[in-house]
Amino acid sequence: MSGEELAIEARGLTRRFGSLVAVNGIELHIPRGRIYGFLGPNGSGKSTTIRMLCGLIKPSGGTIRVLGLDIPQQSELLRRRVGYMTQRFSLWEDLSARENLNFMASIYTLEPRHATQRIEAAVREYRLQEFLDRPAGTLSGGQKQRLALAAATLHEPQLLLLDEPTSAVDPQSRRDFWESLFALTAAGTTILVSTHYMDEAERCHGLAILDQGNVVASGAPAQLMHDLPLEVVEIEAADTSAVRVALRGLASLRSLAQLGLRLHALLAPRATRAATSVGAGVAPPATDGVEQVRALLAKAGVSATVRRAAASLEDVFVGATLPPERDPH
Amino acid sequence: MLPASLRRIGAIAVKELRQMSRDRLTLGMVIGIPLMQMLIFGFGINNDVRHVHAGVVDLANTQASRTLIADIGASQVIDFVVRPTGIEALRKLVVSGQIQAGLYIPPDFERRRLDATRPVAQVIVDGTHPGVDIAVRAIATAPLPVRSGQLQRQQPAFEVLTEFNPERRTAVQVVPALIGVILNMTMVIFTAIALVRERERGNLELLIMTPVRSSELMVGKLLPYVAVGLIQTTIVLLTAILVFDVPVVGSLLELYLGAGLFIAATLGLGLVISTLATTQFQAMQLGFFTMLPSILLSGFAFPYEGMPRAVQYLAQGLPLTHFVEILRGVILRGATLANLWQPVAKLSVFLLVAMALAAARFRKRLD
Repeated sequence: MSGEELAIEARGLTRRFGSLVAVNGIELHIPRGRIYGFLGPNGSGKSTTIRMLCGLIKPSGGTIRVLGLDIPQQSELLRRRVGYMTQRFSLWEDLSARENLNFMASIYTLEPRHATQRIEAAVREYRLQEFLDRPAGTLSGGQKQRLALAAATLHEPQLLLLDEPTSAVDPQSRRDFWESLFALTAAGTTILVSTHYMDEAERCHGLAILDQGNVVASGAPAQLMHDLPLEVVEIEAADTSAVRVALRGLASLRSLAQLGLRLHALLAPRATRAATSVGAGVAPPATDGVEQVRALLAKAGVSATVRRAAASLEDVFVGATLPPERDPH
Repeated sequence: MLPASLRRIGAIAVKELRQMSRDRLTLGMVIGIPLMQMLIFGFGINNDVRHVHAGVVDLANTQASRTLIADIGASQVIDFVVRPTGIEALRKLVVSGQIQAGLYIPPDFERRRLDATRPVAQVIVDGTHPGVDIAVRAIATAPLPVRSGQLQRQQPAFEVLTEFNPERRTAVQVVPALIGVILNMTMVIFTAIALVRERERGNLELLIMTPVRSSELMVGKLLPYVAVGLIQTTIVLLTAILVFDVPVVGSLLELYLGAGLFIAATLGLGLVISTLATTQFQAMQLGFFTMLPSILLSGFAFPYEGMPRAVQYLAQGLPLTHFVEILRGVILRGATLANLWQPVAKLSVFLLVAMALAAARFRKRLD
């Protein structure tokens, strides 16, 4: 992909805060006109990365190009072309929704007539009419978010940076919000959004999973799920705690999560298992994960239905953020 | 480029005024605080010490000693409230704070009166109270009651003429400078908080992602408060004229020009503080930190001439020092700003340095 088609390109991007490495030499290639997601737990470096990409924080190392501009050197030129929405509502709570929009239009020095048109369009698009003259501080989470998105897009930015934009809104507002984002990309806007919600991450065209400052996986969500190097086994049992006890000795078990009466197990692939087993000198029979689990449960006398399941994005996330493979001993 | 810049400055200034007009407490502070402070300090600060509680020990008890006591009492500077029996009892009363001065007339008072080389009596003053000491010392120079037929009028060597304040009223000395003190208090804190509040509420992170320049943000923030400062100037000035009967000899226009310059300078100081502080509490603390030296060293409370050289340099770095000079000059002596070019120039330099410092320190970054 040539540089012109990329909205964001970062190489070896690093940020240290004292001895803490918040972002550790990450590479990013984000195409234009798409929604790209950062998925990661709190403290994984999502916000720091976004802040570095828009020039709010200086990187400790690496290079950044955003919309063809060198960042942070050309940050000021970038300001007109990006919209930014912070995790926390950052418009003025003591001003009305209308006053906030007018202020933002003036700050971006939109032509007065153009400003009026843009504000009217935003009021329609984001359904702001009902609370246009109320102080922004009195709005609900969803209303605040619509207002914030309207304010961030008034100047028609080519790139929209959204730092956990849906952390304070209800599920319906989140759905509406994502509809708006798709409408924006359809009009050619590139969107970078950070989240810790799986369902949101799954909606993105492309995704980078961040963990402790590293990109531990990246690609299209469907591709990531398809390529998961772990076997997903679902166990349905009346006595789930007995299953947990029975599977305790399973060396290839990477994660076990409960969903109601079902247990969701992630197992390491055969090759690795064989290697570690040989090293440990135990050498269990190299069978399929499902059969291995069945055998263990039968031996322990636990009745359960065991089947192979398709990987979800959560499995990808858990698999990608697991600590380095444990030594069985 | 200029119109765009002006639009952004205008947008910030309008926003700031809107927010201020919605904040009732701030609005009350704009008008209420200067008025209250003016009344409290204008009446409260008074160097004309009267009715100091004192004790008298008269061991001579002659007609002359009684006349002396009556004469001193008539001055109203001190009131003799107790008559202890001896010098020791008198001292104890001073130590305990019940009286602040004492007059001791020894038994050989009459003999001492004839001997020009010996003092006739002793005045004890509690030196811990500034002002009381000076006032009581003055009575020590009171003429002794003369004996009949012994006319010895003492003509002072100099005639003192107190210009601009012939009645030597404290209000005339204190109130004009008080205008500066009050403005200094409110202005520094207002701006210091204005920017830090935006940082605390998260508005700043959004604002620095817009094309607004640091200098535009600073000027836009400053302008509304200059207006507020001029309103406050009017309030305190009216109080000075109507309540304290302070004559305004010089030009009102020049007074307002000087005030505008001082307001801008203190606001600049506030902006510098706001770039240092990360919370409103810190901004308040730093604001107060600059306030006490301003009040004590500006020449408002104590004469500048009495300070050691090093402290005088420090005082030169405070905008209030120069404004107090301008205020006293224009209001009381009828000076023009041209006459007062030195403090005017110093204030201008302060303003430029503060604004440059604030704009340089305020980076459009978060780290």
